This record gives sequence, structure tokens and C-alpha cells, in this order.
Amino acid sequence: MSQTITIRKGLDVNMKGKAEKVLVEAAKSKLFSIQPPNFTGLTPKLVVKVGDKVKAGSPVFFDKYRDSIYYVSPVSGVVKDIVRGAKRRILDVIVEADAETSYLESTVTDVKNLDREAVKSMMLSSGLWPFLRMRPIDIVANPTDTPKAIFISSFDSNPLAPDNDFILDGKDAEFNAGIELLNKLTDGNVHLQTRKSSSAVFKNAKEVQITNVKGAHPAGNVGVQIHHINPINKGEIVWYINPQDVLILGRYALTGKYDATKVIAVTGENASDKKYFKTIIGSSISSIISKSVKENSRIISGNPLTGSQVSSDDFLSFYDSQITILPEGDNYKFFLTEGWLSAGFKRFSASRAYPSWMMPKSKEYAMDTNINGEERAYVVSGQYEKVFPFDIYPVYLIKSILSNDIERMENLGIYEVAPEDFALCEFVCTSKINVQQIVRDGLDMIYDECM
Amino acid sequence: MKFLRKIFDNAHAKLNKSEKTKKFFPLVDAIETLMFTPNHVTKNGTHVRDSIDLKRTMMIVIIALIPCLLFGIYNTGYQHFLLTGEAVSFWEIVGKGALVVLPLVVVSYGAGLFVEFIFAIKNGHSVQEGFLVSGMLIPLIMPADVPLWMVAVATIFAVVIGKEVFGGTGMNILNVALTARAFLFFAYPTKMSGNEVWITGFDKMEGVDASSGATALGDLASFMQETPALENVAQFQQKYSMMDSFLGFIPGSVGETSVLMCLIGAGLLLWTGIASWRIMISFFFGGFVMASVLNLVGGNGYFELPALHQLMVGGFMFGLVFMATDPVTASQTNSGKLIYGFLAGFLGILIRMVNPAYPEGIMLAILIANVFAPLIDHMVIRANVNRRNKRLKTA
Repeated sequence: MSQTITIRKGLDVNMKGKAEKVLVEAAKSKLFSIQPPNFTGLTPKLVVKVGDKVKAGSPVFFDKYRDSIYYVSPVSGVVKDIVRGAKRRILDVIVEADAETSYLESTVTDVKNLDREAVKSMMLSSGLWPFLRMRPIDIVANPTDTPKAIFISSFDSNPLAPDNDFILDGKDAEFNAGIELLNKLTDGNVHLQTRKSSSAVFKNAKEVQITNVKGAHPAGNVGVQIHHINPINKGEIVWYINPQDVLILGRYALTGKYDATKVIAVTGENASDKKYFKTIIGSSISSIISKSVKENSRIISGNPLTGSQVSSDDFLSFYDSQITILPEGDNYKFFLTEGWLSAGFKRFSASRAYPSWMMPKSKEYAMDTNINGEERAYVVSGQYEKVFPFDIYPVYLIKSILSNDIERMENLGIYEVAPEDFALCEFVCTSKINVQQIVRDGLDMIYDECM
Repeated sequence: MKFLRKIFDNAHAKLNKSEKTKKFFPLVDAIETLMFTPNHVTKNGTHVRDSIDLKRTMMIVIIALIPCLLFGIYNTGYQHFLLTGEAVSFWEIVGKGALVVLPLVVVSYGAGLFVEFIFAIKNGHSVQEGFLVSGMLIPLIMPADVPLWMVAVATIFAVVIGKEVFGGTGMNILNVALTARAFLFFAYPTKMSGNEVWITGFDKMEGVDASSGATALGDLASFMQETPALENVAQFQQKYSMMDSFLGFIPGSVGETSVLMCLIGAGLLLWTGIASWRIMISFFFGGFVMASVLNLVGGNGYFELPALHQLMVGGFMFGLVFMATDPVTASQTNSGKLIYGFLAGFLGILIRMVNPAYPEGIMLAILIANVFAPLIDHMVIRANVNRRNKRLKTA
């Protein structure tokens, strides 16, 4: 029996530039990168040096503080460069790919016969482990923990988000094999949250607790779903994983190969080829958006609310399944024609101070990266609450983080949230406060002090 | 527009030349950001942002105040000629009113923005939008004949002591406009109460009964004294009929008399979602409950006035729509807003009716509620924390 939950608060940001549902094979990238900054809080310890040969699935570095977690190369080739940033922090481990990918193969064993420790050590050594992330803190899961449940959100409700129903359609075998692995890791349930219209691969998934979720974004955020299905209390841990990453787990279980093939959507108003591309984790951005990008565009690995800014020389982030290309908004806007006092029929706003709330919901808006104002102290109240479907007072939580008051953070519910849950708060904020960064800082503080 | 842009770009270039001129940057910045939404772009985090900003939010409140301002101008002239008995045209009434009210507006904005600019230059931040609304509210809650220097002193006091010492817009505890009004009320009690200031030119009129310059609240308050201005409540209802009180053709502070204009402003604020309906409704409810209770008690002309009529005179509606809903000084949690609004409305009528020395009860009550707002929020937050701790225990 599946239950249904309804998320009553939230906001669907209807942007221009959705991807057409056409699957294209992307040109194979010449260079790949495994990027430590993709994993919050990770201090990498390299196991390769420049010039070493690697196979797809060979370890590249491991976590200095949790040394059983290995991060592996997605392709075979030669380590070409190790890019370091400030304080010699490693930014990229770049691998020049062979023409033909050869895999580090392991023997296929029936997952049914494995116990929890065997599954764990298999996932840790094969590079599958980093796909599992934990709440609270929102970092790669701790191998020594046993989570009370594992959550998978089958849909992404972010603006311009890729359609997992389309991407995973017909991949039942891999998906179920992945879920079998996950079930070994928890004493509780593996939860799968679906939409009413979700594809059969999710509806017919085996050994999962299916919950139907209704409502606007952030209904697809796993944090929101956890809060409504089985909220996290202090001291409890749940894990979560993206549906496409379950496929990679499943493929490994079925074939013994670390095959990091992924489908990503190229979206956004300034993208010339808005389609779904089959590529590999860590591919260069330029291999995916092969056609030239319009001038004065911003390329984002991820969605417009939580993604990170990249250039076409950079690489696809580990967890992202979307590239968004938006126009930069670095122009002045005269206040009466298109600025703050304009009629604003073309400007999207969650507040009713612009007429967009009277327009049909299906209307798509062109949005650029202008802040549309200046940063101020908090003046307007009640704004975050409208788009924040938690039983948490967001502004008070933010203020407790700003004042470094750990006890208050705990009391106000920091264990239940991740920065992405605040993305809409940041979007609607009249005072233009960078809420997600504040929440990240708060979680880092909690991790350092309390975990 | 390109022409304007050039002017600002030139100004930037000139200001950047030396350290001395750099600190005047907020001056140029304030005007520039009024004319142009700046070209700042997002970094990481949310790459696109909502179109709303504080300037638009504040501008909508100012637009909502315009009906009150326009009617205030008319009514100021109207009350003047009503007493002198001259038969004059519409435009003469408006002209008379404008001559009185517009200087108040100019002085209020001038004094307040002057302080804002000084603090912006001193602290090196941009000029914040908060005073745009306060500057319009202050003249609307002044008696018509208040000396302009008093308005200036009160405004400066309110902006410095009421706001800037706490850290500027968004940090203040008390409503800035009401702080200005309260300052005058307590600093110049002889000037600010009585029958002299409410109708413009009153002190120069000859042959007019001194008591006829009183406001409706003044007359009501006199019911509690030994020599009431009016014999009974029926006489009051004749002097200030329900319809006149609703439309606003009664003496009082410049912008507060017309319930209708306040409602038009409220309509805009609620339609755009800028002001909280929770506060407005609970405020009205609080005032209505208190007025009804005292009405049931009865015993004097003040208490015998029907509750609804009671709420239509004085600053109740203006306070409800524009003062209590100030998001910075009100409660910030949704359930807190309901309590806060009720408290303010309830106390307002209580102070006004039971202590006739303070006919401006609404002003005082909102200030008291401002002080209580953080406490109310604290209780609401604590309930939330307890709920979470309980879940932890049962889990």
C-alpha cells in the first residue's frame, strides 16, 4: 500500500528553456575530472600521480578522515594533471581518456548471499559509496553508521529539472538491482517517493516503500519528503541517493563494472541544443554543449537554484544530472521600463507585488542572473514560510546560525535541513540574503562540533 | 536612459578619484539605485532571483498611502473653511489644505533623509529604503497646525533614537513614525493636545467657540470629565455622524480621519500581499471586542458610543492598516501575528477609553505591542522547539 502526502507550501518556478525529450549520445569527452570540491567537507588523499594509468573503477583518491571511502576514475586512461587551488587544495584530478574504456572488473556475486559488511566493503572499494549521502549535514554517508532508512526521490521538482521518468524508462532491472543493494544497508525501509504520473519503473519497483507526493517544488527535495514521512531527530541518520545513481549501483551489481554513464539534460534559455545527453560523470562541459554558447551566458552545472557556476573548460559535477545555461544579468535596468518600478508583466515573482501571480501558471518566464535589488537586513516577514514546507521557523534558524548558537540551531531543527531546502527561500528573499551559504556554514559547524 | 547612465558613470569615475570623495558614494548610489536596478549578479547559490526588492515593497506602501494623503489635504482645507463659514470652491479648499500638508511632507522627508544620509556616509553603507515609508507616515499622523520645526525635531529623534542606534532599517524595535508622534506627544503636551492644533488657522479665527476645534476623540474624552463638551452620546453621533466618520469629514490628524481611504490602502496592501492580513484582522477583532465590552459596561457617553462607531474615529483604522502591519516591528511568526494584532487593537481601545488623558491610545498601544512582539515570537518558537523535543522523546 502506498501512502500519499501533500506538500501545501512551495513554489514552482516556471522558467523558459526546458529540455526536449530527445536522447542524444554526447561526443565522448577527451578529458575527465574527478573533483574533490563536489564532495562537501572532503579532504582527499591521492593514490595516483601524474602519468599513472587508470582503469574505469580504479581508485584515484580516498577520504583522509574516513579512509575507507574511495573515489574512482569513471574512465580508463592516463592521469594527465592534478589541478590545485589556494592552499594547494586539489580541485581536479584530470584523466585523459583512452579511445576504448576498459574496466576494472570484479566477479559478479549474487547480492542475496552477501551480508551488510560485504556489501559495504564492495561499495567502498568500488567507488560506489560516494553516491550515498546522509542527512543531517548533507555529506557523503558515514560507512560506520546504520541509517534508520534510505530515501530516493524519484522526481526532481526544481525549475528546468530533468525528467527522471524519461531517463529511467525501461531500466527496471538495473534499478531493482540497485535497490537490492540499498536494502542490505539499512534495518529500516528503502523509501521511494513518486508522483502520481511516475513511470512504471518507479511504480513497479521492488522492495521499496512507495509514497506518492503531491505539491509544488520543493516537494521533490528529499529533505522535504523525509520531514513528512519520517523526520530526523537529533542523533538519527538517514541516507539518500539520486535515482540515476541507483542505476550505477545496479549496473555494478549485475556486471561487476563501474559504469558511470548518466543521462543529463541541457536546459536554459541560452542553451542552443536543449536535449537529453548520454554522457559519463566527470565529462568536460564542452563535450556536452558542443555548440558554441551565446555570448554573455552563465553555465551552471546543476539546476538554477542550487547548481554551481562553471565554464565550458570545467567538468560535470558528480551528482548533477543537468546543465543550465542562462543569460547573465549584468546590465543596468532603468527603473520604469524594466527595473524595480516597472509594470513587470515579464518579470516573475512569488510576491504579489508583480502581476505574474495573476497570469496562468503555464506561462514561462525568461530569467537572468541579476540579483534584482541589493542586499538588505531582514525587513519582510512571513516570506520564507510560504515556500518552506517544514515545521521549522527558517528565519530564526538562519539567525541562530549567524550567531553561532549551536544549541539553538539544534532546537530549531538544523538536523532536518540541507542548503537545497532553503533554495526557494533564497530565491524569494526581498532582502537578497544568501541563505544557502549560511545554512551550509551552519551544517559545517555542527559537523565539526557535534558529530 | 543612456544619457542618465552616462551621468552616473561619470559620477562614479569622479568619486573614485580620491579617498575623500569616496565616502560620498552612498549619496550617488542612493539616487542611482532609484533610477536603475543595479547590474549585480548572483554568485553561487540561487542563480536566479525573484524580481521583488525592498524598493518596490516600500513603494507599494507609499502608493497605498496616497489616498489618505490626498483626502488629508482636502479635509484639512475643508475643516478650516467649515469653521470660518466661508463659501469657497473645491480648488480653494484643496489649495488651503495643500499649503498646510505639503510642507509637513517636505519637512518630514527632508529631516529624515538628511539623517539617513549622514549615517550612510558615516557607516559606509548604502541608504536603506525604510524611511521612504516612515517619511510619508509621519506627516499623516500629525495635527494640521503642528509647527514645522517640531516635525523636524520629532523626525530626527525618531530616526536617530528609534532606528539608527539599533542598526538602521530592519533592526528597529519601535515603529519609527509612531516614535516621532509619541515624542511630540510627550515632549510638547501643551502644544499637541487640546483644541488648538487640529484645525489649521484655528488660533487666528475670531468668534469661534474654542471647544469647536476639538477632535471627535477630544469630545468623547470630555464625557469622562466634569464638564463634558456635549450633553450625551446622541449629540455626539449627530456632530460626528457615522457616515462622516467613515468618509473622514471630521477633524483629526492629517491622514487618519477617513476610514474609506484607509480601506482603499488596505485593499492594495492585501491584494499585493505586502501587509499581513493576520495582523489587520486580529487588530480589528481586538479593538472590536474591547469596544463592545466597554459598551456593555456603559455608564457614560464615551462607553455608550456603539463599538463600530468607536473604531471609526481617531487613529484606529489608520493604525490598523499602516502602523501595526510594519513587518519589522510586528511579530514575525504567523501565529505570533494573530496575538500581536489582537493585543494592539485590544490595548488601543482600552487605553483610549479608560484613560481619557491619552486619546491617542492606538499609538501607545501599537508601541506597547511592538515591545511585546519579540516576546510573543519567543513563545511561538518555544512551542515549536518543545514539539520537536517531544518527537525526539517518543522516537
